[in-house]
Amino acid sequence: MCLGIPGRVESIEENSLGMTQGRVSFGGITKDVCLAYIPGVAVGDYVVVHVGFAISRIDEDEAAEVFRLLERMNETAELTIPQPS
Amino acid sequence: MRFIDEYRDEEAARKFLRAIHALVRRPWTIMEICGGQTNTLIKFGIDRLLPDQVAMVHGPGCPVCVTPLELIDRAVTISRHPGVVFTSFGDMLRVPGSESDLLAVKARGGDVRICYSPLDAVKLARIRPDRQVVFFAVGFETTAPANAMAVWQASRLGLKNFSILTSHVLVPPAMEAILGSPDNRVQGFVAPGHVCAVMGYRDYEPIAERYRVPMVVTGFEPLDLLQGIYMTLQALEEGRYGVENQYARAVTRDGNVAARELVDRVFEVCDRKWRGIGPIPESGLRLRPEFEEFDAEKRFEVEGVTACESSLCVAGDIMKGNRKPRQCPVFGTLCNPEHPLGAPMVSSEGACAAYYHYARSE
Amino acid sequence: MSGTGKGVAFSTVQCPVPIADYPNVLMAHGGGGRLTQMLIETMFLKAFSNPALEVMHDGALLDVEKGHLAFSTDSFVVRPLFFPGGDIGSLSVHGTVNDLAMCGARPIALSVGLILEEGLPMEDLWRVVQSMRQAAGRVGVPIVTGDTKVVDRGKGDGIFINTSGIGVIPPGIDIAPRRARPGDRILINGPIAVHGVAIMSVREGLEFQTRLESDSAPLHDLVAQVLLAAGEGVHVLRDPTRGGVASALNEIAGSARVGVVLDESKIPLDEEVRGACEILGLDPLYVANEGKCLMIVSRESAEVALEATRAHPLGGRAEIIGEVVEAHPGTVTLRSRVGGSRVVDLLTGEQLPRIC
Repeated sequence: MCLGIPGRVESIEENSLGMTQGRVSFGGITKDVCLAYIPGVAVGDYVVVHVGFAISRIDEDEAAEVFRLLERMNETAELTIPQPS
Repeated sequence: MRFIDEYRDEEAARKFLRAIHALVRRPWTIMEICGGQTNTLIKFGIDRLLPDQVAMVHGPGCPVCVTPLELIDRAVTISRHPGVVFTSFGDMLRVPGSESDLLAVKARGGDVRICYSPLDAVKLARIRPDRQVVFFAVGFETTAPANAMAVWQASRLGLKNFSILTSHVLVPPAMEAILGSPDNRVQGFVAPGHVCAVMGYRDYEPIAERYRVPMVVTGFEPLDLLQGIYMTLQALEEGRYGVENQYARAVTRDGNVAARELVDRVFEVCDRKWRGIGPIPESGLRLRPEFEEFDAEKRFEVEGVTACESSLCVAGDIMKGNRKPRQCPVFGTLCNPEHPLGAPMVSSEGACAAYYHYARSE
Repeated sequence: MSGTGKGVAFSTVQCPVPIADYPNVLMAHGGGGRLTQMLIETMFLKAFSNPALEVMHDGALLDVEKGHLAFSTDSFVVRPLFFPGGDIGSLSVHGTVNDLAMCGARPIALSVGLILEEGLPMEDLWRVVQSMRQAAGRVGVPIVTGDTKVVDRGKGDGIFINTSGIGVIPPGIDIAPRRARPGDRILINGPIAVHGVAIMSVREGLEFQTRLESDSAPLHDLVAQVLLAAGEGVHVLRDPTRGGVASALNEIAGSARVGVVLDESKIPLDEEVRGACEILGLDPLYVANEGKCLMIVSRESAEVALEATRAHPLGGRAEIIGEVVEAHPGTVTLRSRVGGSRVVDLLTGEQLPRIC
């Protein structure tokens, strides 16, 4: 469940019902997305989009964590691999 | 594409796999609930790259698969009404009911249309006041905010020709049902990332406590799954339990408060039957009384539909993780995507379909 | 029924049928009487003018050189009629020209069968006819015979087109699925899934904004160049239209009883197409292409074939995307970017956009 794709917010506006929506870009194509669930959303933010709704804003700092973990694993691996004598 | 490509890096994947292989000392059984995660594992061949001692079992995380047969039959009945435009996500169109499916109704002239978003259905209702637009509101918690907004808007617009057929299910009760089952073998969970993006993961903490299982909220890209599995295995090897968050770039402990508020305003918790599993108390959502006018089941005469499930289909076992699709006696023979006997073979996220398409020959 | 197409080169030539008198196609236009005559003479003959057609026989009489002939037919039912990068008219000409090219043939004549829906705006018909004229003109293939019928309003989708074509295969060329053998390399002339995504971008219910245009194009010249360069080394040609690259390769693997292994990292894919496929939950391997050609060539001739393709305007981004193997005959597999492997199965029904 839950195809949620990250995209970049390119523009923001309010529709006739006062609902915040915007254009979100996915690798160059853009789609109209409801942004009502991301209060304070700004152009340039990355959001996860599911069925035409942004359900979460991507925290870029946390996003890098996966790779920081890999780096740390790298370092420990180097420490534990026995060096040929 | 940013925030996708980086998480498909081959070198990084190999590093995680090496770390997993180095870490594992004992056999473990881990369940990933979400069909999207099952799909990634099998599509990228990750399940076969894990150590033999790690058994990944696939859970009931496919809202299409768990939608009760009666509801499919009701959808088919409603879509046959003249004057109805029946709209749905693409996934639902091929799911077999007792004797028909929505695609067959479309082929016979029914107005059945695919929508990318429930708001498209609302838009349709606005521009076609002469038709009754019904939207098949299927999904886990991830999709509830979208469906809630659709009903909310319809209500604000005073639309008289829009309604939804609801089949919303919740993950935590399903997890409890699995863990509480006497034949449960699952020792750790890779928890669904987008459900948690909406709901947060507070609700999982008491479950992890009670059953002493580690749960890791995980994303959907290969590196996410690998890291999520790694963290779960670490916890298991170290004898820890509780909830951790791998998908921190999109998930916080409280989830999306604005989304949860609207879902709460429009829907309330109810008991729900899960196809293949049976009734699970307080595991679903239904429209609150003040939004009853948007309930398609009340708007259309759909009582008296008796549903017949194929006796050969073992979907329940599959979705509880007790059997792999290849262990089903009719997998690939009597039951295949052209003639599915049950939902997991039809839904693109169903475990049976995933195995059939990506890994059949092994 | 009709639609305003983006990116369609609108001909500045006036529609010869007096639109003021006949703004829409009528049943009588297909009846065989005066209105049919008028339609043929003022619109079709004018657009497709060539000696064979002007004879106005029941069939065209052609002189063909001796040798191997290829004959192909295809019908076109695309919706919407006008889309970014083309329309049903240009698609129908390119489609049959390409079917002939996939046999290794040079196209020499086309026929056109039109089924029009009563009420179709005459302006739309004229645009489609003009588009066919331009497409056929660029290929240099005459439309030598045709037929028009009109069906009741509601019984057609605006226009259905059938085109059939005859082509000549140069001596010594033998292109067929059975020629695929283990060791062969699989090439494609450019990025995949473009056409399908361009169409989806204007389909109701799935709209998104993109600069993508359909890649519909005639491949006969590209094929001729590759045949010139690699000759007998070219074993199989296939244009992966409906069902995409995956379906085309599955068919070939099945009929030739060989296995196919693809390398995901080598398959050319535009960012925009990727983005669209990601949000709709579609696998680009199953999305329709036009103007694309799969070429299965011997290992020895692969480099030369690749060079010849890349030298052609329609092949600048060609890649070798896989190979034919002895293992798992009839099955196509893919080595994923993450190192694992999976089967690329035949589609069941149409690929539907999904939420899960």
